[in-house]
Amino acid sequence: MKKTENAVWSFFASVKLALITLLILATTSIIGTIIPQKNPPEFYIQNFGPKTAQFFQLLDVPDMYNSWWFTALLLLFSINLIVCTIERLPNVWQMVVMNNLDTPIDRLEKMPTRKIFHGSASRQEMTQRVAAQLKEAGWPSQMEEKTNGTLLFSQKGAWSRLGVYAVHLSILIIFAGAIIGSAAGFKASVMIPEGSSTDTVYEYGSEKPIPLGFNVACDQFSVTYYDDGHTPREYRSVLTVRDSALAAPMTRPIIVNDPLDYRGITFYQSSYQPMQGFGVTITNKTSNASEDFQIPYGKKISWAGTDIEFGLINQQARSRMGDVSHVKFWFSDGQGDPATLWMEDKSTQSLSRQDAEYEITVRQLYATGLQVAKDPGVWVVYFGCSLMLIGLYVAFFLSHRRIWVYITEEAGNSRILLCGASSKNKIGFDKDFAALTERFEKNDVFQNA
Amino acid sequence: MNSSQLLGITTFAYLLSAVLYISIFVFRAKKLGLTATLVTLAGFLINTAGIGMRWYESHQMGIGYAPLSNMYESLVFFAWSIGILYLGIELKYKNKILGAFAMPFAAMAMGLAGLKNQDIKPLIPALQSNWLIAHVVTCFIGYAAFAVASGFAIMYLIKDWREQSGSGGALIASLPDLKVIDDIIHKTLVFGFLWLSAGIITGAVWANSAWGTYWSWDPKETWSLITWFVYAAALHARFTRGWGGKRIAWFAIFGFVSVMFTYYGVNYLLAGLHSYGGS
Ligand code: HEM
Repeated sequence: MKKTENAVWSFFASVKLALITLLILATTSIIGTIIPQKNPPEFYIQNFGPKTAQFFQLLDVPDMYNSWWFTALLLLFSINLIVCTIERLPNVWQMVVMNNLDTPIDRLEKMPTRKIFHGSASRQEMTQRVAAQLKEAGWPSQMEEKTNGTLLFSQKGAWSRLGVYAVHLSILIIFAGAIIGSAAGFKASVMIPEGSSTDTVYEYGSEKPIPLGFNVACDQFSVTYYDDGHTPREYRSVLTVRDSALAAPMTRPIIVNDPLDYRGITFYQSSYQPMQGFGVTITNKTSNASEDFQIPYGKKISWAGTDIEFGLINQQARSRMGDVSHVKFWFSDGQGDPATLWMEDKSTQSLSRQDAEYEITVRQLYATGLQVAKDPGVWVVYFGCSLMLIGLYVAFFLSHRRIWVYITEEAGNSRILLCGASSKNKIGFDKDFAALTERFEKNDVFQNA
Repeated sequence: MNSSQLLGITTFAYLLSAVLYISIFVFRAKKLGLTATLVTLAGFLINTAGIGMRWYESHQMGIGYAPLSNMYESLVFFAWSIGILYLGIELKYKNKILGAFAMPFAAMAMGLAGLKNQDIKPLIPALQSNWLIAHVVTCFIGYAAFAVASGFAIMYLIKDWREQSGSGGALIASLPDLKVIDDIIHKTLVFGFLWLSAGIITGAVWANSAWGTYWSWDPKETWSLITWFVYAAALHARFTRGWGGKRIAWFAIFGFVSVMFTYYGVNYLLAGLHSYGGS
């Protein structure tokens, strides 16, 4: 491949360009960490003045990571990577698959890492012994008869030369996954009050409605707190999916870090809103009559068909979010004085009246806030990430190590040339080589030259 | 013995270790070598015990979690990572002067930790994830490698500068050869780069499981990527353009400044998803 004449091609193939692009990416990325992103235009006018704000809009600074110029930089980076790979990979591939038994003997004689032994056995016999010795040392070899001698070759980690390219490829795969995600996916959110359902979610930023193609209900939402009473321990929504494709509705609780995935759309627990209402359950333990109510705060409610009236007449807030920790429950059954009870949210209390025993349960109603994402590219990205880590490991810690042994015979005496080379980690390879030559030295068949 | 006592002793041990190694270098007090290593090892073991004890204490409080969730705990783990990494390097290179340029970082990390709020606080829901543990562990092993690399880079630059100006002397001569230091810096950077990559990736997986986006360009994420770009540039400059020595040493220092900004600066100077780290 003699493409180097082409100036454009060599521009894109150069590592210098890669260095410059990397440093430009690093520097320009700083901008978006200092200037708040994705705020409305007024924000920038207010904080930076109209002149600067206009300049910002021109350069897409308020959304710089999606701007034309940042995208262009990433594109340049990708092209650089691809061209550089096309330029170099064929040679590297050649190194992986080449037949090292074809290596010219005069090259072996000049290798920096080499050692020569002598022995009194014949060439054939010596070849067998050397092969056995190599195998024992963990270097199983191939052999070829040459005109003047016998060549043995053994190698380890030839594939490790491709590690770098796995890393480079992984970057392109991650980009591809990100593109798939933004082209075929969406990021949206929705608020669903307890007891309600939705088949539409709303895209981030634009608030554009996106139909789900199925129905999601929030059966229940709850927040639990640690013993300190204010640090949230868990946000949990019980969701039910109804879809004509499903034989029966599917119910599943979700919590933060454990979303629900259905037909490629994922529902994340992200926020909640207390509502101005309460669920109240009253059970008459004597007659076993029971009724669920959803009632607003501060309103007197009647239980139809009975003399019972009740309501919530006071409340204690837990946090600024508007969560209620305690409510004061008021109850009258038309006999004697009305009763009041301070009740903790989500608790049950008994109430003894003249001719019946009641059990009261009160809980605040919430709307759950869900983040809804569809990202068909995420597995591509994860695949790329895994490939990157494997590739980095291979590129950094493994090397292609090669050992040749060339045996010649002269008047019943054999000369054994042992030599080797490594694609990197010279120090490590020298140790391997020393261990191998030590085995030869310990073997009486071979004498040091 | 509770975890804050154990970690208090750790701070003292790392400080002593740093002083001993610096004495070995400055006063060529070779006799202190064994003591320095033993103090470091003891500090590291107590550090380990302290982290374990804090874990146990959180379980006793009924809110059990791996102690890797706030600034204090991450600094303690940072010190731990520097400790084990340095002990590994000492074992491999059999050179105690390196400690004078590595252990001060562990002592500083513990010193900074001492200024932080040390209460064991329950984890909010977003932080209850095994990916968070993987994320913190991988990042901080990487950060520790970059810290140590920058220490060695300082050593390189001092030696280079004094030799250039002809004012080497026996003190400077006692430092390892420039080529050896250069090799150690490179190996440490490569090691750190692998872990930083893993740290960014595990962080992305965590973000995706918690919020449904693996990458949102929040300042902390962006700064970790900036750091990653800087080290990627350094690696390429080295083996494709033959950069080494002084230039890579400066890269190692510059890269570590970026690491520190990612870790520390972002929490205080910029706002973002990770701002819980500020407490
Ligand atoms: C941030 C993105 C990049 C990463 C993480 C990366 C990673 C790597 C790694 C790990 C190595 C091997 C290092 C070693 O053997 O010690 C490498 C080598 C190399 N990279 Fe990159 N690289 C990136 C971008 C690029 C780009 C854009 C180019 C485009 C020219 C490039 C060109 C090269 C070349 C020419 C080599 C040497 C290959 C060889 O030895 O055959 N890299 N890269």
